[in-house]
Amino acid sequence: MVTRRDFIKAGLLTVAGMAIPISALEMFKPEAMASLVRSFSEKKRWAFVVDTTKCVGCGMCAKACKLENEIPFEAEVQRTWVERYIQLKDGDVIIDSPKGAREGFTSNDPYGHEVKDEEITKQFYVPKLCNQCEKPSCVQVCPAGATYKTEDGVSLVDRSWCIGCGYCITNCPYFARFFNPVTNTADKCTFCYHRITKGKQTACIDACAFGVRKIGYINDPNSEVFKIISSKRVAVLKPEYGNEPHVFYLGLDQIVR
Amino acid sequence: MLMDEHTLAHGAYWTVKEFFTYPNEYIYWGIHIVIYPYLTGLVAGAFVLSSLYHVFGKDELKPVAKFSLVFSLALLIMAPTPLLLHLTQPQRSINIMMTPHFYSAISAFTFIYLTYMSIVLSEIWFVFRPYIIKQAQERNGLMGLLYKVLTLGSYDVSEKALHIDEKIVKILATAGIPAACVLHGYVGFIFGSVKTVPLWKTPLMPFIFLMSAVISGVAVCIVTYIAGMAFKKHFICFVPIKSMCKVLSYFLAIAFLLEGIDIVFHAYTAEEFWGIMSELLFKRFAFKMIVVQWICGMILPFFLLVLPRLSMLRAFVAASLVLMGVFTMRWDVVIGGQSMSKSFAGFLEFHIPFLSKNFDILKEGIIPAVGLLMAPFVLLFIFNKVLPVFKDIFTEQECAEAEDRLSQRLF
Repeated sequence: MVTRRDFIKAGLLTVAGMAIPISALEMFKPEAMASLVRSFSEKKRWAFVVDTTKCVGCGMCAKACKLENEIPFEAEVQRTWVERYIQLKDGDVIIDSPKGAREGFTSNDPYGHEVKDEEITKQFYVPKLCNQCEKPSCVQVCPAGATYKTEDGVSLVDRSWCIGCGYCITNCPYFARFFNPVTNTADKCTFCYHRITKGKQTACIDACAFGVRKIGYINDPNSEVFKIISSKRVAVLKPEYGNEPHVFYLGLDQIVR
Repeated sequence: MLMDEHTLAHGAYWTVKEFFTYPNEYIYWGIHIVIYPYLTGLVAGAFVLSSLYHVFGKDELKPVAKFSLVFSLALLIMAPTPLLLHLTQPQRSINIMMTPHFYSAISAFTFIYLTYMSIVLSEIWFVFRPYIIKQAQERNGLMGLLYKVLTLGSYDVSEKALHIDEKIVKILATAGIPAACVLHGYVGFIFGSVKTVPLWKTPLMPFIFLMSAVISGVAVCIVTYIAGMAFKKHFICFVPIKSMCKVLSYFLAIAFLLEGIDIVFHAYTAEEFWGIMSELLFKRFAFKMIVVQWICGMILPFFLLVLPRLSMLRAFVAASLVLMGVFTMRWDVVIGGQSMSKSFAGFLEFHIPFLSKNFDILKEGIIPAVGLLMAPFVLLFIFNKVLPVFKDIFTEQECAEAEDRLSQRLF
């Protein structure tokens, strides 16, 4: 005969007993496990630096990216691209990026209208790529979990799982995403994850003759990226969306979109 | 534009860019994402109408209660098809159920949809149960077999059973109202939560969508009911139509206010994007938005409905105008939102494809769109063969009595 007292006792014991193993499951979260081995500050996080003051708009980065990542060259989509900003004396701003600059900026005639040198107050190029956000809205909105963020901060797409709804494309403030014309799934810059994880540079960095682009761990004191971000005045694109982008720009201007 | 399939970027075929837009920027959400909220809106509206009879005891709506319920099922079945057509990998759509990512608004679709579907299906079954049983007992052959299957083995038509049925219908119809609101409010949430598109990003979006859903749903019932009854050459009692028109006019006013306040706020706060948004509203989309959507789709039908001596023809015209207006509203929201470049420095124009040898382009074109918009009516026609919805009519005497009752009530 089980008395009420026994029943309550046994019940409480069961609940308390089960709470211990269940709470232990918390340990099996990858980040919690990692914290047992090394502290969080040592967790590596990829970041990118773009020095716009050095860019000349040759477009070799965009070209190299297309070839490296097997995006059809003629397709009008780019994992990385270069934008040209021309500030005129009358206050107008002309922005263009013909073919994502994969063939380079070869003439001074945006949209087919020649701009004379004496009309220009300033002109510069801004290379763009996926910002590998800390809080990527593309990952947040993917209904199937086909896009995900790696431990070291790079967002990737599982091409075999993407259903192609385009929600991630619409939610990216930078329009870094597009549909890959071959696989018909969402696609974007991966920081050349297949290269950087093997100690190589990204294709765009290798192709840049002017040292515009740099990649490294943001929390590694020896990396060039760390040195620039921690000692120079850098800015990010569209911080107002709260995505915490991890591509840092030197020489950004308020006319940059 | 002739191009190899693999070099043509998705969206490049039907998007024309102007000024500065990002290289990857295209209209990615095309005609199907216009039709999807339109259809779910019609579902929600039609269901709410049937609930007005079952829950709120609006007796005069009795002749349309069954009709709007079955019609909402026909619409509901078609609602996810535009989504499937929109996906570039439709065969993988099951993935969102296998690994649902609940931070994504879209992942909840299947759950909300199936919940609502089960409510509608069970309500229809309970409403039509006596009819199904009668048919199962009387008819032979294939139809007889169909009705026998539809009875699900239950042949109890005692007074007690019917009374329980009535109670269950009332519960289901009550539960269906929030479910319908969630189904459509959620569609509004999907748009409202896209933080990169200024035209969509407003907390009012679910309510704007909901109100336009109700008006389009009621309007489609008015139009289809009048057309269906005229087609069947039945006597059309004007009382239920008048009552529907009343509901329509109330919700029209609310929908107009909500959409208006949204625009007024954007204009008044004049954030960074207002420059490009005002050009969209008052120049590029001025005809579609101001003339078709607001003047012809809301203001004109409102006055047609509230002016005295409402006639059947006027109700029909007003409801048709509302239907056109809401469709234009869906178009303006979905296409208009993407027409403003995220660079706030350029525009994208949508040219809907018509014919193409490329299937990916053809399926985003006019032909499947028209097919999708016709499909619910075809389904209704088929359903009507099994579960007749136009038979439950007021005789001229009942009609006069209903009119009497209606005239004594304020709402």
